[in-house]
Amino acid sequence: MLEIRGLRASAGGKEILKGIDLTVNAGEIHAVMGPNGSGKSTLAQVLAGHPAYEVTAGEVLYEGNDLLDMDPEVRAQAGIFLAFQYPVEIPGISNAYFLRAAYNEIRKSKGLEEVDSMDFLDLLEQKLQLVEWGPEIMSRAVNSGFSGGEKKRNEILQMAVLEPRLAILDETDSGLDIDALRIVASGVNALRKPDNAIIIVTHYQRLLNYIVPDRVHVLSAGRIVRSGGKDLALELEARGYEWLEQEVGAAS
Amino acid sequence: MSSPVESLVNKEYKYGFVTDIEADEAPMGLSEDIVRLISAKKGEPEWLLDWRLKAYRGWLKMSEPHNWPNIKYEPVNYQALRYYSAPKTKTPLGSLDDVDPKLLETYQKLGIPLTEQKLLAGVAVDAIFDSVSVGTTYKAKLAEAGVIFCSFGEAVREHPELVRKYLGSVVPASDNFFAALNAAVFSDGSFVFVPKGVRCPMELSTYFRINAADTGQFERTLIVAEEGASVSYLEGCTAPKRDENQLHAAVVELVALDDATIKYSTVQNWYAGDAQGKGGIYNFVTKRGKCIGVSSKISWTQVETGSAITWKYPSVILQGDNSVGEFYSVAVVNGMQQADTGTKMIHLGKNTRSTIVSKGISAGQGQNSYRGLVKVLPKAAGARNYTQCDSMLIGNRCGAHTFPYIDVQNSTASVEHEASTSKIGEDQIFYLKQRGLNTENAISMIVNGFCKEVFKELPMEFAVEAQKLLGVSLEGSVG
Repeated sequence: MLEIRGLRASAGGKEILKGIDLTVNAGEIHAVMGPNGSGKSTLAQVLAGHPAYEVTAGEVLYEGNDLLDMDPEVRAQAGIFLAFQYPVEIPGISNAYFLRAAYNEIRKSKGLEEVDSMDFLDLLEQKLQLVEWGPEIMSRAVNSGFSGGEKKRNEILQMAVLEPRLAILDETDSGLDIDALRIVASGVNALRKPDNAIIIVTHYQRLLNYIVPDRVHVLSAGRIVRSGGKDLALELEARGYEWLEQEVGAAS
Repeated sequence: MSSPVESLVNKEYKYGFVTDIEADEAPMGLSEDIVRLISAKKGEPEWLLDWRLKAYRGWLKMSEPHNWPNIKYEPVNYQALRYYSAPKTKTPLGSLDDVDPKLLETYQKLGIPLTEQKLLAGVAVDAIFDSVSVGTTYKAKLAEAGVIFCSFGEAVREHPELVRKYLGSVVPASDNFFAALNAAVFSDGSFVFVPKGVRCPMELSTYFRINAADTGQFERTLIVAEEGASVSYLEGCTAPKRDENQLHAAVVELVALDDATIKYSTVQNWYAGDAQGKGGIYNFVTKRGKCIGVSSKISWTQVETGSAITWKYPSVILQGDNSVGEFYSVAVVNGMQQADTGTKMIHLGKNTRSTIVSKGISAGQGQNSYRGLVKVLPKAAGARNYTQCDSMLIGNRCGAHTFPYIDVQNSTASVEHEASTSKIGEDQIFYLKQRGLNTENAISMIVNGFCKEVFKELPMEFAVEAQKLLGVSLEGSVG
């Protein structure tokens, strides 16, 4: 589904990603871990097409197409969803209006008819259950005055509604209490289907107690320094990132 | 980070066409003779001509305001303008039964059908073309309810006592430079009179169209709501694309007696000039309402997206005890547009209340200024004002400015002022794009959210139009 080859990217003239190779197949969940500043979030943003990052080398194929050549909205319409680390507030626009607009843009791009607000409310109802929210949340302005946890939950709700083929979760677990963490995890697990893939970018192992990854990659200084199965995450949890960085440093 | 929130291309102005119609025009320039000519063309009574001449003589002693408004332009050459232009038609204007097809076609193209079968449901329209009213719809139906809705010229002929009583009672001929000019040369406009106890059964609307070249439009609108009456009125405006600047200097007077309510909404979409700032309308307008009666209410809502320069301050004089004044404004500048707009709330009566919500949006190299005065006079015990003044910037070359003046002379008054300035960020746009919206839709959504408090004040029929208009005005503001 996703093939990243030799990806290098910089922001403000500073190189952050220094050659990433990563293959994600349909049906898989990958965890990308690493210390602060290792380039995890940059990778997520580059895949979504944030204009602040410049790709300087490498290529990314998404379902066989050149992802880097697509505008961010085209990527979204093609099924790529980024759950933001810091979701943005849109005052004056209700969550329901926003989400329906997004849902319809994606439908339109597939040549499907737009859904009206009544039909959309029906769809929302089941999705809201997934994140254990009542309908009140839909009349509030997008992320306006939401707590940090509510914002993250709102990202998961959006993901549940938009049903992406490739979801990228950028530190969705940071700052969440245990209940919110469980809700986020159940939202992600509901999306887990043979046709979909999920990339979880995280600093900590704890989310992986709820969502079991197929592969774990450790990023350090813009490179993937180690890949392994789910046990790698537990090892990191026990020993910290330092041993790995030292090991890598000694080897090179 | 190199920001794409910078490049600027103005969207093609949809209403920029010219109607090719023969016109009955006054010669160029301004003099007492021109004032007399306009008055004669309209067959006006002596008192009105005298009123005009007095205004003209006063205007000669005044000078164009260039010091205090935050706008820059070359002084207007008032001798290079034409002060009267009326389409020449075979049948007399004013009746919609037999309007020149060219005029009907013009309004059709503007989306304002004047033929009976296609009238906007529930909205009566007075169509003003250059200096004259083409016709007014639903006049008979309104008359049944006792509501007078007609062109100003007709009001002078049919209801001279009402016109004489209220003309200049809110905006005197000597009020300011542009109001004085208007008083001298105004050619038409709309007149509304809602008698005691009557709720006007439909929305009233005037559609202003400037067509002729080198011609100023000087319309005058007077709305009177008697005791317990209520009315909602909306104006819209467009003009052809021309390389020369065109002058629009209107005056609007509102009078609300005891328990009366007047809601006045404007969707202003005059031609704004091209991306280099060539051409466009100079919109120099004086709008003021007077809450004479107790518990009366006047509410202004404006969506200002057009004009090269906008200079207007729809205001309310809160004279009656417990009267209410409101001002809801969205002002958008893009390209080289300049706007200096806001309101004055003058509290005279006890327990008078006013609310000001101003949303300024600046894009391109546009300069947007909010200028507001809240004045509480010594007798206005318990007066209250709430002002919210928000600015949004799109790109790095535009400007937002705020000039709030507060003058409180009664210690029991309470005045609140809140202000904010925000910038549409890359991150906000990127967030919406990541959810599948393209850049234009993303900006439109952010801006509409920003303006929501104002849009909800517009009559239903026009709120949707205003939202679309905003999208069009800002199209191309972000690369």
